[in-house]
Amino acid sequence: MLLLVLRRLLQTALILLGVAAITFLLLYALPADPARMIAGRSATAQTVANIRRELGLDQPFPVQFWTYLHGILQGNLGRSYAQKTDVGALIMARLPATLILMAAGIFVEVVLGLILGIIAALRRGGPVDRVVMMASFVGVSAPQFVVALLLLYVFAVTLGWFPMSGFGSAAHVVLPAATLGILGAGWYARMVRSAMIDVLNQDYVRTARAKGLSSARIVLRHALPNALLPIIAMIGIDIGQFMGGVVVVEAVYGWPGIGQLAWQAIQQVDIPIIMGVTLVSALAIVLGNLLADIIAPLIDPRIRAR
Amino acid sequence: MLNRWLRNTTLATVLALSPLPVWAQETPKQGGDVLITYKDDIATLDPAVGYDWVNWSMIKSLYSRLMDYTPGTPDLIPSLAETFDVSADGLTYTFKLRKGVKFTNGREVIASDVKYSIERAVNPKTQGPGAGFFGSIKGYEDVSGGRSTTLEGIETPDDATVIFHLSRPDATFLHVLAINFASVVPHEAVEAAGGDFGKKPVGSGTFILKEWTIGQRLVFERNPDYFVKEMPHIDKFTVEVGQEPLVALLRLQKGEVDIAGDGIPPAKFLEIKNSPDGAKMIVDGEQLHTGYVTLNTRIKPFDNVKVRQAVNMAVNKERITRILNGRATAANQPLPPAMPGYDKSFTGYVYDVAKAKALLAEAGFPDGFQTVLYSTNTDPQPRIAQAIQQDLAAIGVKAEVRALAQSNVIAAGGTEGEAPMIWSGGMAWIADFPDPSNFYGPILGCAGAVSGGWNWSWYCNADLDRRAVAADSMSDPAKTIDRAAAWGKIFTDIMADAPWIPVINERRVVAKAARMGGSDKIYVDPTRVINYDAIFVKQ
Repeated sequence: MLLLVLRRLLQTALILLGVAAITFLLLYALPADPARMIAGRSATAQTVANIRRELGLDQPFPVQFWTYLHGILQGNLGRSYAQKTDVGALIMARLPATLILMAAGIFVEVVLGLILGIIAALRRGGPVDRVVMMASFVGVSAPQFVVALLLLYVFAVTLGWFPMSGFGSAAHVVLPAATLGILGAGWYARMVRSAMIDVLNQDYVRTARAKGLSSARIVLRHALPNALLPIIAMIGIDIGQFMGGVVVVEAVYGWPGIGQLAWQAIQQVDIPIIMGVTLVSALAIVLGNLLADIIAPLIDPRIRAR
Repeated sequence: MLNRWLRNTTLATVLALSPLPVWAQETPKQGGDVLITYKDDIATLDPAVGYDWVNWSMIKSLYSRLMDYTPGTPDLIPSLAETFDVSADGLTYTFKLRKGVKFTNGREVIASDVKYSIERAVNPKTQGPGAGFFGSIKGYEDVSGGRSTTLEGIETPDDATVIFHLSRPDATFLHVLAINFASVVPHEAVEAAGGDFGKKPVGSGTFILKEWTIGQRLVFERNPDYFVKEMPHIDKFTVEVGQEPLVALLRLQKGEVDIAGDGIPPAKFLEIKNSPDGAKMIVDGEQLHTGYVTLNTRIKPFDNVKVRQAVNMAVNKERITRILNGRATAANQPLPPAMPGYDKSFTGYVYDVAKAKALLAEAGFPDGFQTVLYSTNTDPQPRIAQAIQQDLAAIGVKAEVRALAQSNVIAAGGTEGEAPMIWSGGMAWIADFPDPSNFYGPILGCAGAVSGGWNWSWYCNADLDRRAVAADSMSDPAKTIDRAAAWGKIFTDIMADAPWIPVINERRVVAKAARMGGSDKIYVDPTRVINYDAIFVKQ
């Protein structure tokens, strides 16, 4: 187990190095010039050249990349071109908001997905199953932007139950988490349903039924744990996805996470911020998968043997 | 349907015909707490660095400068300066500072602070975009070239006197001292912030930054010691960032927000405008803006003046103003109407498809040609580019629209031989200060026609450059009108060569709550967008 973790952490470092190199190269190859974005329109050619030199952008690619790596190894993500402030501090200021949203979103999608999936599996083939699967299909396919605005309009503008945007109280997190959750729940419901159907057909479930166990006990104690495995893996993937991919939800609800930061940095070609957010998201994806790999054997002893 | 149409049109007519708006008689009230939203986070509040339209007006209010403008107008007034004097040759400017003005850290503002602040803005280490504005001060080349950190052209004989020595007469110099880059900052606060002055600003302006929660909000409080007694009017304003314009508008309608800084999304504009409260919410102000299409004089066939003139006649500008729901007027010259020097009698190239075709045939392209039109990719710019594309198709010119991220369009424009045509929407020229010269140098003069420049027509006319220098040498205040006329003539003469298609002058739209008072002109102030010093809350 420890060996696995160590090996995976080493892999993580290599993956991050690869991500850093590729992202840096792509940003370097862009025609857009960060110095000119900072300098704006009235700047003279000399001003632009001065800014380029001060930022080290006049250096060849290997030198720039080495300087960046050197900083990273010392825990320094560099300074934002546009904001002239420490990138690490900017990301740290916004990371808690993203983590809260991620946790709340995963909670909603898992709970919702489990409930719907189990119901659908138990009522397999019936009208309830069909309605649930249809709803999950709609949930999966609906564009985030539309769902976000719809929830916002109904529950914040019309009913006034939740604040329209911002961050701070528990009420603020409900709509953004619900938006993420509704979309994710569709996937989970479908996975839980098929996994449950598989398990419910197993011999030991029939035995349990024959013993006269209550159906709640069969489902929760005997069937569900065995159906959970793919769900755990999926949560691991979601951790990574939500770290980088909640830009739309953050934008609609004014949620001060790192997606917003990245989006704005891309507009301004603020390379240190783009790099920083990319690395943090990549780290989250790798760690999320690692977490899933560690938890899986704890739940299913068969995996440990592998 | 007809019913609603009738109701809407009648309402619009009534609004259009109604007499002077109520605000004309209002007097500003003291007090109030105002909430403003923006989509983008505030990048920096360092006056030597900040250069976008959102932080521009906040920086204006946090700091003071030797010169400033009367709110809502392009009229220069002394601000930190009590009096000033210009020598007859226009090369020496002497300023006497107001006595007893204090930074919000408690220290008095003295002459050496002015010198320090401008040197800091010019110093390459600051990485400031505005260094070039101070190019006429003696010793500028040494500082911007990194050979010196002090400007020999700024002299401070005592704590209350600043003397500027210029290397050439510069009629825009008073405007230069009123732009944000000339804001006066205390050196000890800059040093204490350790490179983070943009997040820990200290000035002597109307407001003090009290709180900055990254990614969420900034709280500005009234500076009780500000040197103009009745300024500012509001006690406090809070800026919430990261707010989607559509959501900000909904919050405004619910009364949660006082000013939606990003205005009204194009898709919602007509709905709001025609709603019962719409007229009270919409502030629609003229800004110093011209949207244009650059015609690259170094790319065939736009090297032929007849081709450039022909496409000028081909664009239906009225239709483009309709795409913007009437939030713009058609333009025929580079200067916007509110700019001194604008020539009202000039007609430019009138929309005439037949004439355009004839001229194109005369130039040797009876069947038109193929070209590329660049545009930024945020609504409504691609739609405007498509309208221009259709207009060009009518005279046989097949233009491929290339809608890209702003930074990529800017890169293409500044690369020689790359972009035949660029629609400037989304990055069009808005004046740094209300002076016609600001519309020439970087975007139409030879100095801008370089790699990485903003003269995307790559147009360079040595004769006009000479006239521009001559006009900027007319620094005698008595010659202001002659100077504006000289500049006006430069811009109308340039149209004979037609390096641009001047398309529209766009107005800025801000949405505000009914309780916010003050004329529209201080919400779309020609020199600072929202003038936080002058807005007030009605009681």
